[in-house]
Amino acid sequence: MMLANFLQRAIMQGIPLLYGSTGEIITEKSGNLNLGIPGIMYVGGISGVIGAFFYEQHAASLNPVLAVMIPLFCSILGSLLMGLIYSFLTVTLRANQNVTGLALTTFGVGVGNFFGGSLAKLAGSDIPSINLTQTSGFFRKQLFAAGDSGWFGQIFLSHSFLAYASIVISLVTAYVLSHTRIGLQLRAVGENPATADAAGINVGKYKYFATCIGSVTAGLGGLYYVMDYANGVWSNDGFGDRGWLAIALVIFAVWRPNFSILGSILFGGLYIVHMYIRNLDVSGQELFKMLPYVVTILFLIVISMRRKREAQPPAHLGQSYFREER
Amino acid sequence: MEANTANYAEPAAADRSVPAIHLEHITKRFGAVTANDDVSLTVYHGEILSILGENGSGKTTLMNMISGIYYPDHGKIFVDGEEVVIRSPKDAFRYKIGMIHQHFKLVDIFTATENIVLGLKEEGRFSLKRAAGRVRKICNRYGFDLDPNKKIYEMSVSEKQTVEIIKVLYRGADILILDEPTAVLTPQEAQKLFAVLRRMRDAGKAIIIITHKLHEVLSLSDQVTVLCKGRYAGTVNTAETNESQLTEMMVGRKVTLNIDRSEPKNPTDRLIVKGITCKNREGAELLHNVSFTARSGEILGIAGIAGSGQRELLEAIAGLQHVDGQILYLNPSTNQSDDLRDKTPEQIRELGVRLSFVPEDRLGMGLVGNMDIVDNIMLRSYKKGRSIFLERKAPKSLAEKIIRDLEVVTPSTATPVRRLSGGNVQKVLVGREIAAAPTVLMAAYPVRGLDINASFTIYNLLNRQKESGAAVIFVGEDLDVLIELCDRIMVISSGRISGIVDARTATKEQIGLMMTQNTAEGGESHGSRA
Repeated sequence: MMLANFLQRAIMQGIPLLYGSTGEIITEKSGNLNLGIPGIMYVGGISGVIGAFFYEQHAASLNPVLAVMIPLFCSILGSLLMGLIYSFLTVTLRANQNVTGLALTTFGVGVGNFFGGSLAKLAGSDIPSINLTQTSGFFRKQLFAAGDSGWFGQIFLSHSFLAYASIVISLVTAYVLSHTRIGLQLRAVGENPATADAAGINVGKYKYFATCIGSVTAGLGGLYYVMDYANGVWSNDGFGDRGWLAIALVIFAVWRPNFSILGSILFGGLYIVHMYIRNLDVSGQELFKMLPYVVTILFLIVISMRRKREAQPPAHLGQSYFREER
Repeated sequence: MEANTANYAEPAAADRSVPAIHLEHITKRFGAVTANDDVSLTVYHGEILSILGENGSGKTTLMNMISGIYYPDHGKIFVDGEEVVIRSPKDAFRYKIGMIHQHFKLVDIFTATENIVLGLKEEGRFSLKRAAGRVRKICNRYGFDLDPNKKIYEMSVSEKQTVEIIKVLYRGADILILDEPTAVLTPQEAQKLFAVLRRMRDAGKAIIIITHKLHEVLSLSDQVTVLCKGRYAGTVNTAETNESQLTEMMVGRKVTLNIDRSEPKNPTDRLIVKGITCKNREGAELLHNVSFTARSGEILGIAGIAGSGQRELLEAIAGLQHVDGQILYLNPSTNQSDDLRDKTPEQIRELGVRLSFVPEDRLGMGLVGNMDIVDNIMLRSYKKGRSIFLERKAPKSLAEKIIRDLEVVTPSTATPVRRLSGGNVQKVLVGREIAAAPTVLMAAYPVRGLDINASFTIYNLLNRQKESGAAVIFVGEDLDVLIELCDRIMVISSGRISGIVDARTATKEQIGLMMTQNTAEGGESHGSRA
């Protein structure tokens, strides 16, 4: 039973990472290295919290559909804005992608903590923490009735709609990337934008769309974290380093969203394994939390040594494209 | 869009009495430079036309106007007898014109088929399998040898070129333009390409190939249009012409420049190159058994079509390129000889060889664009300092001296060199290199892109080095300059020396022929050894 419990928690821990890494893969396939993902996921979370907070404050009784749709819409809007900022800076103004991404992460965390603190003040709480248990209840509604019975139900059927949505999104993304014209053209943009341009593909448009869709996807990971994983309790800095873990997962999944699904469960498991080991002191816990990163580094060494071309990042990742003018 | 739908199976059933492409009085200027001046040409369906000319004669610019990359300033373009406006590559596609550029535009990790269909909006469901079937059909029809599912990074250069050609055929092109298609191919691959081109011609396609290789022109094409320094030099039937007539049209009349040239003062052997051979990664020979001697107090010119091995030759001497053979340096102060082959630039310096190199790629190999003049000078002298801190005084005064002596136009010594104009960048580079008082000075295309005044400044600098006893090696492209500036001219063709001539008696036609000759039979007989 403990193993079933561990796997269930590992999946829940992995879902935000899956959202984040799927979003980052979509973005990176267009050649944009968005290191703002941690900030974007943070904004995706707090935007949902803001929406839910005001709905809970103003409505006498909560409508289940609205209670889900309002935070969802706010979260999408928040992370879309972040994606637009990144695209505008790096695609239109051709700013350095690393600097822009890191700035967005700092900015996103700042925005999240500011609104987290402000909402807590409005709610009259002394600590920067907001409790949205009611909304969370709607988000956490189990899709399948069998979720409580047996180990199979506990591991696979006990989750909420956002969890299953993350897997569907990953699978759809994997299919689009490898089997459709849009996917082919997007990959061409990330690999060799000059060639894509010559083939009549609008490079800037693809980069904008990929980055914004990727940001929205990643932002949903932030929303899932607050509403599902944290039971609707927002606390400042509670999201931790999950954003960076999502970026590490992109490398681990060799830029393939379908690999991300298993990878996210593995990372999720490694991230919480310390809770299942008895008599571990604080420093020991931190060592265990390091595991996903250690695995990523080892994995990087292995794929770098194998030099397989398909397992490499998009060739033009991190570089701005501008057409040669003469 | 109809033009984007693949027209893969239809044989070209074009009217052969109307020209496929007809250009009338085309002129194109870039700023003050006229790339094409009043050029006209005609090509029919079922015909191969060669465009012949030296480097910089405007061949590619002209073709870029047909394929929609540039727009002409004056003149008219007719396709199948009707006047057209081609403003973008998309427009060119619509008129069934496809251009195969010298630099391939392919995504490395995609398969051939994925590259071929990239950007196409075909009817129906996206299916790579169906597309691969169409690619196979095209291959069978014209005799291409290609696996549609092979990844580009696993392909040879010739296979990549095949992908580019099929790409335009897949889009239904009836008029094909190939820019220097054989520059990257082995002779066998070139023969295969020619066979395919002939088959396409027989199927009614109009084909234009840009080239500077005379034997290809003579063996492949039906008509030849010759360009000389951007001007139209005429069109001839291939059957009715020969190499010397084409060379004459290509090099044009002699222009007198009045560059000062002093007699070499007691020239002694300084650098003896013996039988060096160099291969690229694919195993093709870039230099074959090259031998020559550079003497002190004279300028040795190197003439040749760009990419004939000049770069590899200079880099081999500078210690940047691995070669087989021998590069002997006779040290005037010790009277010893050292082999410089496979030594690093640092080892060469430690031998007491004062070797200066002005590379072709000024802001890549020569200078660091984001650093100022002083820092760039220090790149060559930083080892002289003894303390851990930089010693900027001496380089700064040298920078000021270069600016003063060579009349470099710059706001200050602290301006990043990339902000200077091309001529001033070159003056800084040459100034730095000659400040080391070289015994061997190598300069590759030092006046490329420079105006007349800056060019003459560079010629004077080279002359002064010659007079002070340096062995100067000058790689140039303008034959008039080579003939007036150098003492001897070595002509290189496809990595082989086709001969060394006395610049005071040589003619442009003679050098031109040596540059373009098919060196397979060896070039020893051409030109008088000076």
